[in-house]
Amino acid sequence: MKSCLVVATLALMATPVAAAPLRAVASFSILGDMVKSVGGDRVEVTTIVGPNADTHVYEPKPSDAAAVAKAQIFFVNGLGFEGWMDRFVQSTGYTGPLIVASDGVKSHDFVDDGKTVTDPHAWQSLANGLLYVENIAKGLCGVDADGCATYEANAKAYALQISALDASVKADIAAVPEARRKVITTHDAFLYFGGEYGVTFLAPVGISTDAEPSAMGVAKLIRQIRSEGVSALFIENMSDGRLIQQIANETGVKMGGELYADALAEPEQGAATYLDMFKHNIALLVPAMQGK
Amino acid sequence: MSLDLFWAPFVEFAFMRRALAGAIILAISAGPVGVFLMFRRMSLAGDAMSHAILPGAAAGFLVSGLAILPMTIGGFVAGLVVALLAGVVSRVTAQREDSSLAAFYLISLALGVLLVSLKGSNVDLMHVLFGTVLALNDDALILIGGVASVSLVGLALIWRPLFAECLDPTFLRSVSKAGQPVHLIFLALVVLNLVGGFQALGTLLAVGLMMLPAAAARFWVRSIEAVAGVAVLFGIAAAYLGLLGSYYLGAASGPAIILVAGAIYLVSLVFGRRGVVFSRVAPARHRIA
Repeated sequence: MKSCLVVATLALMATPVAAAPLRAVASFSILGDMVKSVGGDRVEVTTIVGPNADTHVYEPKPSDAAAVAKAQIFFVNGLGFEGWMDRFVQSTGYTGPLIVASDGVKSHDFVDDGKTVTDPHAWQSLANGLLYVENIAKGLCGVDADGCATYEANAKAYALQISALDASVKADIAAVPEARRKVITTHDAFLYFGGEYGVTFLAPVGISTDAEPSAMGVAKLIRQIRSEGVSALFIENMSDGRLIQQIANETGVKMGGELYADALAEPEQGAATYLDMFKHNIALLVPAMQGK
Repeated sequence: MSLDLFWAPFVEFAFMRRALAGAIILAISAGPVGVFLMFRRMSLAGDAMSHAILPGAAAGFLVSGLAILPMTIGGFVAGLVVALLAGVVSRVTAQREDSSLAAFYLISLALGVLLVSLKGSNVDLMHVLFGTVLALNDDALILIGGVASVSLVGLALIWRPLFAECLDPTFLRSVSKAGQPVHLIFLALVVLNLVGGFQALGTLLAVGLMMLPAAAARFWVRSIEAVAGVAVLFGIAAAYLGLLGSYYLGAASGPAIILVAGAIYLVSLVFGRRGVVFSRVAPARHRIA
């Protein structure tokens, strides 16, 4: 009887919160997943750039602008990841808090076509993921003081999961001999991952676009793989899968599959959350580097 | 500069050896077929047929994705249907074969584009149409080898009646009933060569290695056997030099091979024994080939 009363009271207390959750908007799918994990039931998260979509070149839709205009808090990655974001936010008339999730991250720069560019894919290191979670919780507390305890508890539990995954990732990669930790990928998105976990990511030489390849281009790529001791190939956006297969056969290097860099996948692709995405990438990378 | 440059790429890289082998086999197989097409004044038929196989290839693609065998079988069937219909129409009505072939290949092409658009994007269509000589796997090499074997044996069997029909169809019809089946078998061989070439090497390479060496060889020798032999040699030379050019100059490999074949044609046109400079026959004759 007493317990019934407690349940009823709790339900009554919960009702107003459930009726009006905090309206949050996140710029892209990975960040959206993190905000959901920290916010829990108290926050309703709208993600602008969804799974399998490219945030770098996204064109916002009117419905996105409407979601932002109504939002109470807005999360972005920063580090130049969402180039279109500043103008977009101004155009929606949104004046609420803008939380930069990558605040405090030690940024990695790389040189592209002679220009120094900051790699925005900071979440590819789980240590940075912890910073993101901290920033998100801080941001949510700033607009919803009543829920602050919940957010902090959620963030703590989430951070434990991230730390546990971080430890297992480090253990998995430690099992790979250092000389074999070299892979080729077409994504320029793994500087943080490489820096944190001691894996070298090289860009393919010779083959850049999906135009018809030349014998010289293919030969250069094969030489690069041989001379630099590359263990695995992760190239997706090429015109012909048979060509990559041919290169893999010729060099004895393993074909890696698809790494997720800057967007989550649909649930059936096995990388629908930040943590699942990381596990997916590790499950592809580690065996490929070991040559299994 | 040493002679080493001429074979070093093929020693170092397996993909170069495979590309060379595939292109040479295609040159040996398609060259003589191209010569007969030329003698029958059907030089453009190869190009038309390469479009005609699209709906079959697309149907194979819809059923089982980018798999080489279903697409090849589908393409062969579609090409054969178009070739047979065109051949039959030209023989039972007054319409000439080039008109009926144009009509049927356009119908076929439209059907193919429609099929591809049902599923997948135009990017997939490009994959279907442009295989690359640099990505020949074992399946593709076996396919081209099989096509070449069937094609060479088939052509040897029908060589004499086919040749007779080229020269004088009415004479052959008066002494034998072989004309019609021989023509249809020949069309089937054309389709077979194109289908074998297009999946593995791309349409440009398949049609190009069929017609350009034949057209070039015509400027040097006279008898059809000699023209076929020279065409095969030109095709092999184009394959080898084109791949070297693609390796050292970074040119896309399919167009590089065809451009070398084109250069051989232009040189033959000007300097060949029956070409512009050395020919003693009336200039009007040149336009025949």
